[in-house]
Amino acid sequence: MKKVSRSSLDACFAAIAASQKLYLPVADGEKKRGAKYAPWFEGAVYSTAVNTVRSAKDFFFPQVEKMTRFKMDGKQIEVEDIRKENEDFVIFGVRACDAASFAILDSVYLSDPVDSFYQNRREHGLIMTMACGKPTETCFCSVFGIDAAEPAGDISCWMTEDTVYMQANTEKGEALLASLPMLEDAADDAAEETKAAIRQVLDKLPLKDLSTDAFGGDKLMKLFDSDKWNSLSEACLACGTCTFVCPTCQCYDIRDYDTGHGIERFRCWDSCMYSDFTLCAHGNTRTTQMQRFRQRFMHKLVYYPSNNNGTFGCVGCGRCLKSCPISMNIVKVMKTLGEGNE
Amino acid sequence: MQDTMMKRASELLADGTVVRVLGWKNGEFVYDPTPAVFDSAEALAQDFVYHDFCGSNLSKYLIELSRLEGKTLVFLKPCDSYSLNQLLTEHRIDREKVYIIGIPCDGKLDPDTVRSSAEGILSAVTEGDSVQVETMYGNVTLNKADCLLERCTVCKSHKVVVFDEMLGENGTVNPDSNRFDMVEKLEAMTPEERYEFWRGELSRCIRCNACRNVCPACSCEQCVFDSPTSGVSQKAAADSFEENMFHIIRAFHVAGRCTDCGECSRVCPQHIPLHLLNRKFIKDINTYYGEYQAGAEAGSRAPLVNFTMDDCEPNVIYKGGSK
Ligand code: SF4
Ligand code: SF4
Ligand code: SF4
Ligand code: SF4
Repeated sequence: MKKVSRSSLDACFAAIAASQKLYLPVADGEKKRGAKYAPWFEGAVYSTAVNTVRSAKDFFFPQVEKMTRFKMDGKQIEVEDIRKENEDFVIFGVRACDAASFAILDSVYLSDPVDSFYQNRREHGLIMTMACGKPTETCFCSVFGIDAAEPAGDISCWMTEDTVYMQANTEKGEALLASLPMLEDAADDAAEETKAAIRQVLDKLPLKDLSTDAFGGDKLMKLFDSDKWNSLSEACLACGTCTFVCPTCQCYDIRDYDTGHGIERFRCWDSCMYSDFTLCAHGNTRTTQMQRFRQRFMHKLVYYPSNNNGTFGCVGCGRCLKSCPISMNIVKVMKTLGEGNE
Repeated sequence: MQDTMMKRASELLADGTVVRVLGWKNGEFVYDPTPAVFDSAEALAQDFVYHDFCGSNLSKYLIELSRLEGKTLVFLKPCDSYSLNQLLTEHRIDREKVYIIGIPCDGKLDPDTVRSSAEGILSAVTEGDSVQVETMYGNVTLNKADCLLERCTVCKSHKVVVFDEMLGENGTVNPDSNRFDMVEKLEAMTPEERYEFWRGELSRCIRCNACRNVCPACSCEQCVFDSPTSGVSQKAAADSFEENMFHIIRAFHVAGRCTDCGECSRVCPQHIPLHLLNRKFIKDINTYYGEYQAGAEAGSRAPLVNFTMDDCEPNVIYKGGSK
């Protein structure tokens, strides 16, 4: 394990940023806007906010991304491959929940057929996680077996009043830490006290006892047919906020854009909450908002675990709890459907 | 207030005046009630809540609910009642199918603002001018005035403008709301500064459409931007400038119809001050066509869809309020 004093953290950032792009959470203007990831700049202040408003999935699965270009010349169509090798980059301060979300995205994008856009970004990205000193009431990562005191990633970090401890978990992480001269050696158990303190707080979180017993691949028909979906979805505005802020929502649409000189094909985030989601030639498979709403939660709590050895498709980051305009979210869904259904 | 509301709702359900009640349902935490429909006194007793976090405007839901069999009881705060009137003007709601109870309001709290000063909220209650917040990390006392939704800090009217009955005393229009102060600041900027301001704000948009979908003036059955056959469907903006266009077009579309209910800014996960676009239009309409408040009266004709001999000449360039 390595350590650096908090007063030298900036020097540490500068050293990383000298060789590659470094992103870190910073305050997003006025206080109530919370934090966002931004490229490091001289004087950037690392935000210790418990989580960013937008998730870290944006780094690997951006909202919009160009895929190919077509040029037409009479009956000739030229297809241009515009993919290019990404540059190396580091994301600092990823929380355990977001770090766990990468595994969920990986299982979708890195299994055959591999998504080369995503793969390229993953290969070039190095993730430095930060243990959560101050989890908040909307946090329920532990419900999905995620330990906020022991975040994954290439390098895990812990922060105390005056020191940041860093532990490399991969070769890539090892190499980065070795390149930072301001780091000092620390005992392997130096962060244990911090971890214990975090676990004490985690144990007091109001959502820590949320039960997943009623969910999973084997509960499909019972949950699908529940009449509770009607009241759960009645106020849903069909905006896509919950899906866009969610670190594990992974659906996209592919569209063509006529530039006037040719076609640019791009993909962009899609939302199962939208009326044109999975629109086919015959029309839409889900014609009511109740069905679209149900899709989002069935995917996370039933379909995904059914295809992935029981792993749920939610990491408990709490973003949908904070951002939904009508305050409907996965916790309310789980509690309502779970009632008397274990 | 909550108890009085529940009691009255139960009576109206019992005597058959209404068959359902639109209100707010208790959330997981204190600050996250959800709009909900109740069909019995038992359902009300179980989950109905009304407190300072019940900011959401219920009017738009009545488009759907007034199409159902039987009357719906709705509780409207002053600003929500302007939205309802506007929807009546646009023939989107059947007045006969709605029973309106007006509720006075002295400002609703913004959960994001409270949260930014109190991490780990376990409970929060308003006591007079302060909000007592119990958190996982200790207790915090906040000034209620500092925690209000933006629209409440510049409340245009405490008056419920359409109702069948009022609970408590109705308020009055507030001519000194100062709600155009920020618009004036923007007007005083140079075009370059203003451009920078809006580029900075709008480039943060994630195009989740929450602002549009919550907006009572945005009541098209299908938005042109969602229609794959419209030719302008815009699931993602082709470039960052197109994102601005979405907002500017939307602001134009609701000009003269936007009541300034503030829902767009309340729901934006990126906290973009969308209300400033709409307020600029409202201010300009007031300046060039005379004072007009959308939703103040059902059936009123908005200046932009009306003609009088006094109307200003559209081809005259106005600058800073004069020709
Ligand atoms: S469903 Fe909600 S809590 Fe779960 S990962 Fe997505 S945003 Fe986070
Ligand atoms: S959900 Fe867990 S890992 Fe994520 S921010 Fe909260 S405590 Fe940290
Ligand atoms: S659940 Fe909430 S955030 Fe998601 S689409 Fe419905 S209203 Fe929007
Ligand atoms: S609510 Fe905010 S982020 Fe969402 S589309 Fe509107 S302006 Fe953009």
